[in-house]
Amino acid sequence: MDGNGSIPRDSAPGVDRRASTADFLWYTAGLAFAVLLTIMSFVVDQTALLWRPGEPVGLAVLAIAQMGVHLVFFLHLGTGPDHTNNILALAFGALIVFLVITGSIVIMANLNANMMSMPGDM
Amino acid sequence: MFGRLTWDAIPFNEPIPLVTSAVLIIVIVGVLGIITKNGWWPYLWREWITSVDHKRIGGMYVLLGLIMLLRGFSDAIMMRSQQAIAVGDNAGYLPPDHYDQIFSAHGTIMIFFVAMPLVVGLMNFVVPLQLGVRDVAVPVLNSVSFWLTASGALLINASLMIGNFSRAGWMGYPPLSELAFSPDVGVDYYLWSLQISGLGTLLAGINMVTTILKLRAPGMIYFRMPVFCWTALAANMLIIAAFPILTATFVMLLLDRYVGMHFFTNTGGGNAMMYVNLFWAWGHPEVYILILPAFGVFSEVIATFSGKPLFGYRSMVLATLAICVLSFMVWLHHFFTMGAGADVNAFFGIMSMIIAVPTGVKVFNWLFTLFRGTVRFETPVLWSIGFMITFVIGGMTGVLLAVPPVDFVVHNSEFLVAHFHNVIIGGVVFGAMAGYNYWFPKAFGFTLDERLGKASFWCWLVGFYLAFMPLYVLGLMGMPRRLEHIADPSWQPLLLVAELGAIVIMAGIFLQIAQLYVSIRTREQRRDLTGDPWNGRTLEWATSSPPPPYNFAVMPQVTTIDAFWEMKQSGRTAAAPDYEPIEVPRNSATGFLTAFFAVITGFSAIWHIWWLVIIGLLAAAVTAMAFGWTDDREAEISAAELARMERARPSVGLSP
Amino acid sequence: MTDTVAETAPEDLVSGRGGGGPAATRTVVAYGFWIFLLSDIIMFSALFAAFAVASNRTAGGPGGEQLFHLRNVFIETMCLLLSSYTCGLGTLSAERQHRERFLAFYALTALLGAAFLFIEISEFADMVGRGDGPSRSAFLSAFFTLVGTHGAHVTAGLAWLLYMVAQVWVKGLRPRELRRLLCFSLFWHALDIVWVGVFTMVYLIGGR
Repeated sequence: MDGNGSIPRDSAPGVDRRASTADFLWYTAGLAFAVLLTIMSFVVDQTALLWRPGEPVGLAVLAIAQMGVHLVFFLHLGTGPDHTNNILALAFGALIVFLVITGSIVIMANLNANMMSMPGDM
Repeated sequence: MFGRLTWDAIPFNEPIPLVTSAVLIIVIVGVLGIITKNGWWPYLWREWITSVDHKRIGGMYVLLGLIMLLRGFSDAIMMRSQQAIAVGDNAGYLPPDHYDQIFSAHGTIMIFFVAMPLVVGLMNFVVPLQLGVRDVAVPVLNSVSFWLTASGALLINASLMIGNFSRAGWMGYPPLSELAFSPDVGVDYYLWSLQISGLGTLLAGINMVTTILKLRAPGMIYFRMPVFCWTALAANMLIIAAFPILTATFVMLLLDRYVGMHFFTNTGGGNAMMYVNLFWAWGHPEVYILILPAFGVFSEVIATFSGKPLFGYRSMVLATLAICVLSFMVWLHHFFTMGAGADVNAFFGIMSMIIAVPTGVKVFNWLFTLFRGTVRFETPVLWSIGFMITFVIGGMTGVLLAVPPVDFVVHNSEFLVAHFHNVIIGGVVFGAMAGYNYWFPKAFGFTLDERLGKASFWCWLVGFYLAFMPLYVLGLMGMPRRLEHIADPSWQPLLLVAELGAIVIMAGIFLQIAQLYVSIRTREQRRDLTGDPWNGRTLEWATSSPPPPYNFAVMPQVTTIDAFWEMKQSGRTAAAPDYEPIEVPRNSATGFLTAFFAVITGFSAIWHIWWLVIIGLLAAAVTAMAFGWTDDREAEISAAELARMERARPSVGLSP
Repeated sequence: MTDTVAETAPEDLVSGRGGGGPAATRTVVAYGFWIFLLSDIIMFSALFAAFAVASNRTAGGPGGEQLFHLRNVFIETMCLLLSSYTCGLGTLSAERQHRERFLAFYALTALLGAAFLFIEISEFADMVGRGDGPSRSAFLSAFFTLVGTHGAHVTAGLAWLLYMVAQVWVKGLRPRELRRLLCFSLFWHALDIVWVGVFTMVYLIGGR
């Protein structure tokens, strides 16, 4: 993978991939999975396939799965030792995204429940 | 044609801003005049303005921070003076409208244009040297980052002369900061100035994390990095994670003000508390961005001046990373009083207490480093010991405030003001001063005057306690923050003590200016000829003072922590190394030009001069595209040239 | 930055411990761009949070159910997803120095991206024309800002794509251009990742 011998070096998303015809199949597989997951999301939303109160969770799961497909198939994120920095960065970013979104929803719901509503609120 | 900009924007009928602006203009024109008369422009342009060298950029950041300290401190002493005299029937000398702008400007300037540039500047200068490499990951981006920060500073100072500044505090809470209650340009100055400098800071964070993770000397595995680089890594990771939140929040407030949206307005379903929530989701990590590099400075200074390795390296690293992660889990403690239920308040209260633990670990490690060391009480060590006492007090009042019922009583009182000044001055400012004194000889080739350094430290220390300890008491007596007039005369004695403290700090600042002046005048007596004036432990001391532009002619091979100390102990002699050609990045005007157009864009956005906004944005885009098109970005130094440059330097440094 | 690593102990060269000296420029640039993208995603998360909090604050006006046309959203999604695919194939072609194939794939990417934008701008114009613009309510402010910011990123991406095509046309596919194409493709794929979040959270969940 690198010029100095067989010791694996630090890598970054998309770097240091061996060029082969397998790459084209890899991208196409990614596209197929992503299309499938997209269709599934719309179907779940538009039909009563999933238990209705659980639909948001189901949609969230499908969305995260599709994001994973993008990361693995299009951005070539892997789990090997040369991808440790990339995965750690992603994990840290995902943690912050989770804290910001979930934290805001929980905090604002808590505040809204305890405080007087403003004119113009639903 | 000029939007809402008219001649009325110049404060002809307000004596204080008018006189201040006049003085500032005279000083600026004077400085520019002296530079022109002496023919220094080519030198300045070539060596500083278009430099992409991290050492130069770090120096400019620190200079910006120190100059803005004068502006921020002027605001402080104006406030202290007003509060000391405006008691009972006395209305003081500052009308409320003006006072509100002063406390807003004071906080904004101190956080964004003093503390941030000082720590970013120190990290910029030191980290590549400590890592044993030649520069940061993308040197041109580094220059862009600095100049964007300077643009923000310029805009905020422009508000003094043209228009007015925000009256909504350094946090800019809606609904006060919304159009309905702040229709003038003040909040717009605040928002655009911080958006522009915030972009610079974010880019600098990305640059530094990439440098620390991907560019280190051979053999420098993670657990051989100096602790300052670990704290720099954590702080810059926080920059990358937190500043985008602030950017988004300010975008939403700007959209409310410019397009009539309803994110935080009182009408249309807006929710002002969402601003508070998002602001502090950035705001709490921000204070850790400021303090972590200061912790790193103290680790380096204490180890060096004790003549011992830092105690508990691994626990220091783990504590730093723990603080990094935990800092994103406490932010609600800034608004305990805003109506969250007991469960939510309790969660954040407990997390806020937990985050004090890793800092405690660090304090004990510093104490154990000093213990049984041969401690040399030079200026950087005085700042460090002053920090340890002062910061611990501030930290303890922080843990007090972390208890929601306590916070219900003292939130937004002078107790809170005392707490955060306690940790920011005792922590960040003292750390910046320690780092400034410690690394000055490396940057400029001569040490600073020791006597004036010590005198300025004692003034800062005594002045700090005089200025802020009374505020704790006043807070407990019921005095709210940001008061322009004092109704209760029993508060005046303590306010007079606080005023005295501010004057003593002012003396400390004057002594620092004197220290710099005297040190430059007598620099030949304190030349650093070895590159290692303090008997240092880390790689920056392995270069000459100042280092050559390329830092290391040959990159050092690292085998331990405290790489330079190990090399001194094992007695590696300076045999003639095998030089190979190296590449150094060329200068670039991209940073300066980008900033120039950013100022134009920001100023015209503030004053609603729409055609100029478009021109500014297009010009910035063209600058970026022009830079992207150029090919010849690096110059090569041949092996022979390198050998010649190295021979011309005093014999310092190490051989690989 | 070409010093030997011969004297570094073998176990220190193992990635993750990072003792191998400075990484190659391509790795440095790609990693820096990767964390820039993560910072951009964090910025989006604040906008997502604002949308979540404002999703029922319609100030008496219309909500998602009344406003969104899911057929168009599906078409937009397919356009962007396919453009991600063609972008990937284009970058592959570039790395193998197939100039014509690279240009063809990137032209397709641009067309699909432009189609996405066309549908989105039509939707916005339609809503604004009916009086349901961003200043109508907090919900609509959050909707227009979140979706609009994503659209602005797509627009900037298209401009960057054109700039890259021009660069490759004039200068060829040297390491420098390949590095930048790598960054562009990371950016374009990341935009599709954000869109997955947008169509799920805004249109599907928010449209109920």
